[in-house]
Amino acid sequence: MAASEKGIGKIIFSSSLGTLIEWYDFYIFGMLAKTISVQFFPEGNSTAALLSTLAIFAAGFLVRPFGALVFGRLGDLVGRKYTFLLTLVLMGGSTFLIGMVPGYKSIGIAAPLLVLLLRLIQGLALGGEYGGAATYVAEHAPANRRGYFTAWIQTTATLGLFVALGIILLVKTNMSDAAFTAEWGGWRYPFWISILLVGVSIYIRLKMSESPLYSALKKEGKTSVNPLKESFGHRANFKMVLLALFGAVMGQGVIWYTGQFYAQSFLENVVKIEFMQNREILLWAIGLATPFFLFFGWLSDKIGRKWIMLIGMLLGVVFYRPIFGTFLKEANAKKWKTEAVRMANPNVHSTTIRIDTVKNADQLLNYTVQHSKTDWQLIDGRKFSITSADTVPMYQFKSFIKVDTKPVYSNIVLSTQLKWKFIALVWVMIIFVTMAYGPIAAFLVELFPTKIRYTSMSLPYHIGNGVFGGLVPFIATLLSTTFIKDPLVGLWYPIGVAALCFIIGALYLANKIDKEVND
Amino acid sequence: MNTVKKIMGLIWMLLAPVIIFFLVKSAVHNISSGGTKDINQPVPWIIIITIFTPIAIGLMIFGYYALKGEYDKLPESSEEIN
Repeated sequence: MAASEKGIGKIIFSSSLGTLIEWYDFYIFGMLAKTISVQFFPEGNSTAALLSTLAIFAAGFLVRPFGALVFGRLGDLVGRKYTFLLTLVLMGGSTFLIGMVPGYKSIGIAAPLLVLLLRLIQGLALGGEYGGAATYVAEHAPANRRGYFTAWIQTTATLGLFVALGIILLVKTNMSDAAFTAEWGGWRYPFWISILLVGVSIYIRLKMSESPLYSALKKEGKTSVNPLKESFGHRANFKMVLLALFGAVMGQGVIWYTGQFYAQSFLENVVKIEFMQNREILLWAIGLATPFFLFFGWLSDKIGRKWIMLIGMLLGVVFYRPIFGTFLKEANAKKWKTEAVRMANPNVHSTTIRIDTVKNADQLLNYTVQHSKTDWQLIDGRKFSITSADTVPMYQFKSFIKVDTKPVYSNIVLSTQLKWKFIALVWVMIIFVTMAYGPIAAFLVELFPTKIRYTSMSLPYHIGNGVFGGLVPFIATLLSTTFIKDPLVGLWYPIGVAALCFIIGALYLANKIDKEVND
Repeated sequence: MNTVKKIMGLIWMLLAPVIIFFLVKSAVHNISSGGTKDINQPVPWIIIITIFTPIAIGLMIFGYYALKGEYDKLPESSEEIN
């Protein structure tokens, strides 16, 4: 029943392209969140703030698993082809429309409401896409190459991130900041581009035929009548859904999110690496690591899926703290400043940002606060900025003045050598991702029977990635607010979840490759 | 190995209510009207607790199945699942 080599190539290309575009669509919203919030969710409006929170949290956590159930059921009832064609149309359409919604200034509260609605549709569509694409490819693939062929689908999430980063950088570097962030500015282009990409992908997917295993099942009248009931109501299948979630996907989700997203946000917000260099680091690391999805998919066909996935998780558990600790240690601008002063070789340029004059009601307390920025450049190319506030009291009540004069280090630019060290470290973390994520589509496909496969594998996948993975930044913030002394404390969440998943997976999963999935 | 699987099942069962307890405790501790971060807002906590409660119940059921020896031998064909 497996397709020929040439045929499977076409199948992989058409399935992967659509899935890649869906990831691209989902990511650009997150990557442009700051600009989007200015346009649609202005500060000071509590309703808009609530809608913004809902757009961020509900789309990822509630709607993705719900989409997995809705479209999974549909995929098992009417077929894989039309279901993941529908998810593509919904995703592409809603992404394009987000780019067409006028800002809050023009249409008021209708703007954030429309954006929220479209974002929820995006989450729903994403929930339905992956299971369909993975199932479709796996059901065409020969048993001995299922891991390798489905690994192409696994590259799409990372490549979608790569394309999103690339397009945003391309647009941003070709216009001024003001032109990019204007109401109808450049930030909308990535949303508009989506309609072209989706159009091409729909055209290609329309030419595809239904999965042969599903078609055979349908011909024999053996498709499921109620996939939700059969997936979660039957004890024998439900226990496998639970095993997939707690023994594999939960850990894979946090490894995936930490390596690709938390690393980027940590470098930008905690280490304070300059915006463009931070993206450059991620782009190189992703580009160089992506082929390893295929390698580990291929390897899983030879030695089994279980231990590759679990070792990827274990490596994350062991190495996350040392790697993130190295980021902090190596990009220490405070230390660089001492070093530069000692060597007397810095290029320093100071500018005054603004001067605030502060008076209290009875005019007794009157002082000015001078905010200044100093840009430092070292001989080896390292750069950083120090922003500080100096208080200049005009009356004798100096002791009452409470201004935070602590210097803030930012815009850190690494030397070329150091930049490559950081690229190597992020690359290592994405290698952990490729190990945990590369073989998982084949693993999930083999766990469930054809007639309820779409439903059964979609739900644990989206709970693992959307909920467990998506919660990494929230829990990291929670931990770092509670335990303020340790800047790496946020890592205990992914480490804990991955460790738990490793234990469950090691104990309960089998390493057997199921040769027969057409049952 | 099967004995270890069963004993650990008990731990998974106990872990589930502990997770929910800590989530609710953290929510109560962090939600504040003056806070500006996501963790100070009630909506994310409501969403997270809503979605984590069935997941924790799932972990409890998983533990129960493990305790009962349901994972001692995994199914080898779909016939055993249907």
